[in-house]
Amino acid sequence: MPLQAYLVLAAVVFAIGLFGVLTRRNAVGILLGIELMLNAVNINLVAFSRFRGDVVGLVFTMFTIAITVAEVAVGLAIVIDIFRVRRTIEADHLDLLRG
Amino acid sequence: MTAEVVGFWVVAVVLVAGSLGVVLTPNLFHAAVLYLPAALVATGAVFWLLDSPFLFGVQLLLYAGGVVTVVVFAIMLTERLVGESIRQSSRYVFNGAVLAAAVLVGVAGFVVQRASPALIPAPAGEQMLAIGRALVGPFGVALQLLGVLLVISLIGALYFARTDD
Repeated sequence: MPLQAYLVLAAVVFAIGLFGVLTRRNAVGILLGIELMLNAVNINLVAFSRFRGDVVGLVFTMFTIAITVAEVAVGLAIVIDIFRVRRTIEADHLDLLRG
Repeated sequence: MTAEVVGFWVVAVVLVAGSLGVVLTPNLFHAAVLYLPAALVATGAVFWLLDSPFLFGVQLLLYAGGVVTVVVFAIMLTERLVGESIRQSSRYVFNGAVLAAAVLVGVAGFVVQRASPALIPAPAGEQMLAIGRALVGPFGVALQLLGVLLVISLIGALYFARTDD
């Protein structure tokens, strides 16, 4: 398969994740959309790494995977903390900081 | 069709279907235990198709194993599993679809117009060996910073999850 096939597939997954981030009301659902977007980025990195014959893209993918996992851990801890205080994780209801 | 083409299309269909399930299913628990693992494993299969079985393993361990478990725990802690409260509605569906489609058309249109670059063969030798050498060589500082980041995020998650007493 040519490089473009993988890039277009990644673009499709990125667009689906973006759709999820924009339309989900639940904060966990928004985080799942962000997961999909980061996965699409990883596909791009690995595809370029393969077609350039360069291992650096794989190293960057490892970094993004590790950082994403850390982000999910902190993000979900924040979600659980918000749920404790406000009894909801609907993003529309979390407007405490709105001026 | 060669095996790679068949594999690509099978994986692409599973990946897109799983991703759509994650963002569209009204039951968030189904999204987390069914569609998200499907999408993440399919992403790992794409890595395998791109000659990176090592990243396939990393993807399975960290995403399909770790992230899914954490997400399921978060959903169980924040939703009542019985009753209708777990059903999710979406907002701004039309606006979101238009914006996502615009991003897709923009990126894919740009990508398709470019000429396909010639495949440069990977340097000979074990791939994992090359990754390991890069991690402790030119990316040594980044690896150390990643370790610091993981410790900080661990402390941060503990701080947020603490109880008052």
